[in-house]
Amino acid sequence: MDRSYQVITRMIAKRLLVSLIILFIVSLLVFVATLLLPGDPAQAILGQQATPERLAALREQMHLNDPVFVRYFTWLGGLFTGNLGYSAATGGPVTALLADRIQSSLVLMGLAALISIPVGIIVGTFSALKRGRAFDNASTGISLVLASLPEFVIGIGLVALFSTSVFKILPSVTMAPPGEAVWNYPVQLVLPTITLALVVTPYIVRMMRATMLEVLDSGFVEMARLKGVPERQVVLRHAVPHALAPVAQVIAIQLAWMAGGVVVIEFLFRYPGIGQALVDAVANRDVQVVQALSILIAAAYIVVNLLADLVGIFTNPKLRTEKAA
Amino acid sequence: MSTNTMETQVTTSALCATDLRVETDAGVEILHGVSFTLQPGRILALVGESGSGKTTAGLACMGHFRQGLAKGTGTVSLGGGEAGNILDLPDHQLRRLRGKTISYVPQDPALSLNPSMRIGEQIAETLRVHQIGATDSEHRLRVAEVLAEVGLPNDRAYQRRYPHQLSGGQQQRVGIAMAFACRPSVIVLDEPTTGLDVTTQAVVLQTIDELAERHQVAGLYITHDLAVVAQIADEVAVMLSGDIVEHGATDQVLYSPRHGYTRRLLAAVPDLAGKRRVGQVEAITGEQPLVVPGPHGVPDTTGSTALVDDAKPLSGTGHRATPAAADPHPLLRVRDLSHSYGEHQVLDGIGFQLLEGESMMLLGESGSGKTTLSRCVAGLNDAYTGSIELFGEELATGTRARSSEDRRRIQYVFQSPFSSLNPRRTIAESVGVPLQMSGIGDKRKRRALVREALDQVKLGERFMERRPGDLSGGERQRAAIARALVNAPSLLVCDEITSALDVSVQASILDLLRTLQTDHNMSMLFVTHNIALARHISQRLAVLQKGKIVDIGTTDEVLDNPQHHYTQELLANVPTFK
Repeated sequence: MDRSYQVITRMIAKRLLVSLIILFIVSLLVFVATLLLPGDPAQAILGQQATPERLAALREQMHLNDPVFVRYFTWLGGLFTGNLGYSAATGGPVTALLADRIQSSLVLMGLAALISIPVGIIVGTFSALKRGRAFDNASTGISLVLASLPEFVIGIGLVALFSTSVFKILPSVTMAPPGEAVWNYPVQLVLPTITLALVVTPYIVRMMRATMLEVLDSGFVEMARLKGVPERQVVLRHAVPHALAPVAQVIAIQLAWMAGGVVVIEFLFRYPGIGQALVDAVANRDVQVVQALSILIAAAYIVVNLLADLVGIFTNPKLRTEKAA
Repeated sequence: MSTNTMETQVTTSALCATDLRVETDAGVEILHGVSFTLQPGRILALVGESGSGKTTAGLACMGHFRQGLAKGTGTVSLGGGEAGNILDLPDHQLRRLRGKTISYVPQDPALSLNPSMRIGEQIAETLRVHQIGATDSEHRLRVAEVLAEVGLPNDRAYQRRYPHQLSGGQQQRVGIAMAFACRPSVIVLDEPTTGLDVTTQAVVLQTIDELAERHQVAGLYITHDLAVVAQIADEVAVMLSGDIVEHGATDQVLYSPRHGYTRRLLAAVPDLAGKRRVGQVEAITGEQPLVVPGPHGVPDTTGSTALVDDAKPLSGTGHRATPAAADPHPLLRVRDLSHSYGEHQVLDGIGFQLLEGESMMLLGESGSGKTTLSRCVAGLNDAYTGSIELFGEELATGTRARSSEDRRRIQYVFQSPFSSLNPRRTIAESVGVPLQMSGIGDKRKRRALVREALDQVKLGERFMERRPGDLSGGERQRAAIARALVNAPSLLVCDEITSALDVSVQASILDLLRTLQTDHNMSMLFVTHNIALARHISQRLAVLQKGKIVDIGTTDEVLDNPQHHYTQELLANVPTFK
């Protein structure tokens, strides 16, 4: 057992190392990309009427005159020490600006994940069990339609249905006063959460159905039935655990997608999360905020995928234990 | 192995199946009224080739019908018939019988054991769902008891193993332990030893025989292997496309068969002694008509060529003139070949040579390194150390580094014709690929060569535009062989190419290979786990065990006078009849 423990530790260490390398490359890309953004941050902040002297002074203050690599390493160093620079738009530290926003976005994504993962797995499993029957056809059809609709269309559709044209029961925008936590207004969370969940769930349903069908045809499921194991136990104990491993990968990709996809949905519902912040920052040429948010979203992608790999390792006894001598 | 007497006093039968009929969902009947009776403590073998409906019949006894099949009709009753007709039972009653009164041993334990459950738990699960023993400790006791019965260690640590931590033979014994755990009265065994090497097979067969005898269990043994039937069965029923064509005591069916199909089936079974001329028979399955009619195969060249002599009845002494082993210019010379996957040494200092026009069998069980060796020779595996020479010139390790001429000279035929042909390409396209790769001729010339290759394997022109999906297993394997032949190679590497095929198809493939070998003076490396094929295909025999050649020599030398105890053990365990 000790040796397999070593193997697994090495495997995890390797994944971590790869993740760090990817993160480093992403930081380079983000930095270069913001350099390429048109316009001059100093000009953007001071406006058209600024005098050349004031522009020069601001550039000096923002270290815009330093060589590119010095600026890169200063920024990279800041990432490690938690100093993400100062927002050009508000003048305050980026970390303070983003703390609330990140929290709000995490709440939204967490709620959407809490709904979509169990619903996706359960609907997918039933679809597979009722292969070719009404429930299966309906769920396959609906998930295909939802998967082919862009998130803003789903969002607008829900707004039209629940807050403007048909029923007027839910607010279509989030209007918490600044500084107050979003969860103090649960009704305002409903539409953004449902929209996000509806975007993500179909992929989980389809993948779960596909892997479940494969597992239901496998030898060990037939064997379990021929052993006289009750059908419920066949499904829950023998089939579902095997179908879950590939689905975990899809869930990871969906969660990672949420970190970026949330931008559009937050904009649509005026939700005060990182998406809104990113859109505002790009409009204001707020380079430090754009950089910080890009690297954050990239990190979320990488961490979630890493977690999916770990789930894969821990649910597969072949990777955990030694082979027969 | 009990004596076979039909006059055994008829007590209450354990299972009685009458007029079993099964249709596909599309309404095609694939089982046409099959009837048989199983007696306690006796084993009935249900013999037939793939597609004959033997597994469908076996599973129907348990009220189970696979995907694509409709529920069957007929009656299946257990014991005194208290339970009624199994086929009419509602699901929950059926479930109570399955695993408890009638249990199943699957063909491939690697697929049928749940890979993420510990083996002890899988056996205990059966006990638990049938409420045999009330507490966990009682379950554990019974698990330990049945594991001991099948000759496996039964300590706590062993029970906590996962299936992948066991060898194939051990996995199958776990499957058997699971089937016997509830002390059933009937057990359906679906080819339980296919895929095991002969030594393990012998142990497994003995276990089944003993347990069936001790617990007075009635066995239905489904198999295509007639040699195994001779060892284990009391009665035999021969199936052909959904019908039982012959049914009787084992001795009668095997030694004085009445039905023509049984006779042909028996004639196709390769025997270790090489007495039967396997391959001279017409391929049996109806789907396998050969294009070239009339007497096919090796033209009867009795005595004229040394090479075909092996295929003829052997008197037991090696009368064939094998060129001296120390020939200065062998076609293939392998020296000190080693290869390891991580810390696991797969090949360890392999050395042999192969002369032009010679066929050599590489014999070994799974995990012996025989496939790795053949892949190294073909250059598909380039991480080996040591040297491989072809016509006296050392080959580069991988195919990419080898010249196209070297690649042309060595061709490879894979085990499964079901996965080695691209399903989206026509046969002509697939067979033409090697020609394209070596840039031979123009389109027209290539097409002519493809047609010629297909003729050689007796498929002919009408197969050119078909796709693999329309072909039977044997036809596909012929197409795969044609693809290897189209470039006129000097060496053909055949990796278990008959293992996935029925005996009659195997016979026709062996026949084909012998013809090719004599007609084209081609050398062949024939990789297999089936020692019984030795005298039918090879002049020389190398026995591999754990990555080492433990015995090598002419086929007769090795078989008549095995040097290594492993070879001796293999020979002692070969199931035979006659």
